[in-house]
Amino acid sequence: MISLAGRDILHAWGKFVFTGVGLGLLIGVTLTMAGVYRGMVDDAKVLLSNSGADLWVVQKDTLGPYAESSSLYDDTYRGILGMPGVARAANVTYLTTQVRHGDRDVRAMVVGILPNGPGEPGYLVAGRQITRSHYEAVADIATKFKLGERIQIRRNRYTVVGLTRRMVSSSGDPMVFIPLKDAQEAQFLKDNDAIINQRGRTAANPAFNRPGVPGLLDAVIASQSGNPFVNAVLVQIKPGFTAEEVADPIRRWKRLQVYTRAQMEEILVAKLIATSSKQIGMFLVILAIVSAAIVAFIIYTLTLGKIREIAVLKLIGTRNRTISSMILQQALGLGVIGFVVGKISATFWAPMFPKYVLLEPGDAARGFIATMVICALASVLAIRAALKVDPAEAIGG
Amino acid sequence: MKRFPASRRTISLVAVLALLAAAFGYVALRSGPFTPIPVTVTTVESKAIAPSLFGIGTVEARYTYRIGPTVAGRVKLVHVNVGDMVEAGQQVAEVDPVDLDDRIASQEASLKRAQSSVLAAEAQVRDGAARKTYAETQARRYDELQQKQFVSEEADEAKRQEHQIALANFDAANANLNAARQDIARLRADRDGLIQQRANLRLVAPVNGLVVARDAEPGTTVVAGQAIVEIIDPTSLWVNVRFDQSRAFGLRADLSTTIVLRSQAHKTISGHVARVEPRADAVTEETLAKVVFDQTPEHLPPLGELAEVTVALPELAAAPAVPNAAIKHLDGKTGVWVIEGDALTFVPVRVGASDLDGRVQILEGLKVGDRVVVYSRRDINAHSRIKIVDSLTGNKP
Repeated sequence: MISLAGRDILHAWGKFVFTGVGLGLLIGVTLTMAGVYRGMVDDAKVLLSNSGADLWVVQKDTLGPYAESSSLYDDTYRGILGMPGVARAANVTYLTTQVRHGDRDVRAMVVGILPNGPGEPGYLVAGRQITRSHYEAVADIATKFKLGERIQIRRNRYTVVGLTRRMVSSSGDPMVFIPLKDAQEAQFLKDNDAIINQRGRTAANPAFNRPGVPGLLDAVIASQSGNPFVNAVLVQIKPGFTAEEVADPIRRWKRLQVYTRAQMEEILVAKLIATSSKQIGMFLVILAIVSAAIVAFIIYTLTLGKIREIAVLKLIGTRNRTISSMILQQALGLGVIGFVVGKISATFWAPMFPKYVLLEPGDAARGFIATMVICALASVLAIRAALKVDPAEAIGG
Repeated sequence: MKRFPASRRTISLVAVLALLAAAFGYVALRSGPFTPIPVTVTTVESKAIAPSLFGIGTVEARYTYRIGPTVAGRVKLVHVNVGDMVEAGQQVAEVDPVDLDDRIASQEASLKRAQSSVLAAEAQVRDGAARKTYAETQARRYDELQQKQFVSEEADEAKRQEHQIALANFDAANANLNAARQDIARLRADRDGLIQQRANLRLVAPVNGLVVARDAEPGTTVVAGQAIVEIIDPTSLWVNVRFDQSRAFGLRADLSTTIVLRSQAHKTISGHVARVEPRADAVTEETLAKVVFDQTPEHLPPLGELAEVTVALPELAAAPAVPNAAIKHLDGKTGVWVIEGDALTFVPVRVGASDLDGRVQILEGLKVGDRVVVYSRRDINAHSRIKIVDSLTGNKP
């Protein structure tokens, strides 16, 4: 038995394949949009994984350190280290800022870490981890910094000693890791003009600048220029303890807010990126509906374009089943080509996006099934139209 | 029942479909969960490590002389300006003596008056002595006359009494003379005291040095102990360095160091550790040390300039060493990923000393010749499929 569908496709294969490719690009866009959404959620999750923490200790009654600002005294970690079940605890600071390199500046999240502590990047792609306690940086490769380059964060210059990958903030900014002491300074340090103005303002205050008390002004200025704060304490727990078992005593006795991994994920995904991910999600839904409609129309018009041929087939006594299966096969074939082209194009253009686009195999599978279902449904419309054709049209119209 | 004719159309269609299928296969293998993670591998080598410590500090003068009056007063003159070199004993400032000069003049006058009083007392003594001699002679003569019964006993008694009175007057005159002389000594001491006080208001440099601050101008009232000028000994410059406590082990006096001043970042200056402070900074968790320049720098760095100090520790015996990028933390354990054949195993290790170039000695867990993963494109686990490459960033690490 000859394949009617195959014959028909062969008859005008260029048209068929190009329609498939066009459809594919549309499916590619839909898959990419799904990837953008997944990437957004993944950015939030990868931020948590990369911090290497099991618990986040932050200022009481805040959602810090990612979703809200939080500040703790930098000696808080000492008390936390003594709590049951705590294996390691380390201060950390986060600051989103412009990192300058030559004429260029890059928006990055500057993370202050303790060398060898939790919070250090878990893997590198080049260079080494920070060894000096000042003025070294490990940067995400997305910043396009190279090993050995000198970058400027606020007032100080740092040498890039290591490169890592996929270390991003929840908004997708690449991270730059620097030693904690420098980061504390960077977070607090005002520009020189502001410092001088502040000194002048203090000196103008008669309460601080008293002629009878030499040295008072200096003492006040010194006390204004210290920053004993960090944003959070990252805690790793000992094996054999659950996160809640460790978190509870800290909440109760240290009177600090403690988040477990699950709670943190909830905060990031449900609160921090909620609106923007919903925005993308909405767009994804509309795009999927539009794609489905376009697929259906294309198949319908393809069939209508062949009305005369179908009438001839009917005239020579072809059975309805054969005609239906021809249309269905063509629709599914179009769907397969479209999906394959879509998947390929999405994979190739995804890395070009400035933010991470995560193409999940699960999404691809769902996309494939959806494409097939839509094609099948669309072909039903076309089949109905085809079956209603009067064989006489082959001779007449 | 015949096959499709192997026409050019069929061949082109098959070719296009085959191309699509090949591209799809490539995409599926390269971007899915089946993609191997590119990693770089190094062989554990036995290496001698020369650990170093890195700290930052500020340039300070070992000796700072803050010169000011010992009593409150108004500044009359300041003879030196910031940047002047002064010699030991050179007058640098003067405090207004107010009435001190007048008081000295008054004392001088009193002294002169006292000297006149001494002359008067001396004259009285001479007068007394003359009266005493005369009365003595008279008394003796009347004694003899009385023995010969020429004068009455009463007259003799009277002469004897006159003699007694003359003696007493003489003693009194002598005492007066002594008192007048004591008065001179007292007045002279008073005057000398005032002159000393006057000299104390002229502030002199205690050593050869450099004026670094001029804190008060003529007319300013300063309290006791408040500095008018500050002088440092420029040959006594040193760097007050702070080392992170967690990486300050092995720091001791006499270790050689290299100093890089912020203003001369391209130039290293040699120095050595003068002493490690017995008292560390408990708030900032830093160990303090003083580092002196081996030779006083030609261009004196300004006090307070930031300096980076690297302290070279003695070289350690050779031991298996790996780059610090290879050290990973997994489930609370520190270890490395070892490749045996195709299998990845996480081997817990005990790490020893490390140097600033990021090489870490492994005390336990690895042997020379083991192959360990250094860089990876993603986090790896025991089930990861890996592909060994030379470099992850394109250029050689």
